[in-house]
Amino acid sequence: MKISFSINGKSQVLELDGNTPLLWAIRDVLDLKGTKFGCGKAACGACTIHVDGKAVRSCSFPVKMADGKEITTIEGLSKDGDLHPVQQAWKDEIVPQCGYCQPGFIMATAAMLNEIPNPTDEDIDQNIINICRCGTYYRMRKAIHKAAKLQNLQK
Amino acid sequence: MMKHTIVGFVIIAIILSLSFSLESTNNIGQKTYQDGDEIEVMIGDDPFDKMMAVLLHKRCVNCHPGGDIPLQGEDSHLHNFDIERGPDDHGLAGYTCETCHSSENNDFSGVPGAPHWALAPRSMAWEGKTRVEIASQMMDPNRNGGRTPKEIEEHLTEHELVLWAWNPGVDAEGTPREVPPVSKEEFIEAVKEWIEAGAIIPAE
Repeated sequence: MKISFSINGKSQVLELDGNTPLLWAIRDVLDLKGTKFGCGKAACGACTIHVDGKAVRSCSFPVKMADGKEITTIEGLSKDGDLHPVQQAWKDEIVPQCGYCQPGFIMATAAMLNEIPNPTDEDIDQNIINICRCGTYYRMRKAIHKAAKLQNLQK
Repeated sequence: MMKHTIVGFVIIAIILSLSFSLESTNNIGQKTYQDGDEIEVMIGDDPFDKMMAVLLHKRCVNCHPGGDIPLQGEDSHLHNFDIERGPDDHGLAGYTCETCHSSENNDFSGVPGAPHWALAPRSMAWEGKTRVEIASQMMDPNRNGGRTPKEIEEHLTEHELVLWAWNPGVDAEGTPREVPPVSKEEFIEAVKEWIEAGAIIPAE
């Protein structure tokens, strides 16, 4: 079937099986490799992207449901060459270790900050439930608080 | 030879007695799944019995939990990953039900889905309650969101999320989820019959 959507500000029309996970359309068809495959069952969050600004786990999202939507991946999070506040904070706090799961965490954090601009530690615990096997959670918590400050300064 | 004849009579007697027993109690056989295998269970023919056999099933109770954490799976364990009810029964602000559940089942990931995927409100918690308690709160406008009996009937017989129970998809291993022990058609008929007859809740 034919599916049209905007991804990182660019219009795309794809012809493929509507039940294909959006993750595969992003990685294999559109060649955007920043979004990662982790578990394939919406459990780990490595494949988190934004669909109309909301966090979605793309391994469990059929591409047909993306029709007419606005999709953002890690490649499109920053605007005009400036790092997104979450990316900047991640860099400042040197969060990643192996780095594999980090795009998913960054996308989940960016979506949370749109809803909760000043998250408490409890908000972070409740809303950021991706999995990092390097155990970078402590640095992520610091980075999330910093990202909130950077984002609020931009407003 | 004599021994074989006696064994034959005994087997026929057992079959006849079982047939009579089934007819006399007016039970109906229903197919369902347990641990991935199709099995048959027996439910009484009374509309209330049929309706409650469905409402007490894990496909319903998992989203009508007693607390603020959804239940999941065939053993109704607390939802993995610290998932919470949230302020509007749709999860938390940055992490809603729709982050993983879409409007239909996903057979690739094994994540179930249906339109309006959400928890029932706390006032409609069924976990751990008897069928009389569940039926009473279901018909009580103070606890059922102000619904009339007709609206309850519509919710039970037409709402896509309720009817998902008969199309629950497969889990991440590809195993079909268990469906309620009464067919969708018989459930709908039973609900309508029970409500039309005055929604009488039996004393138990």
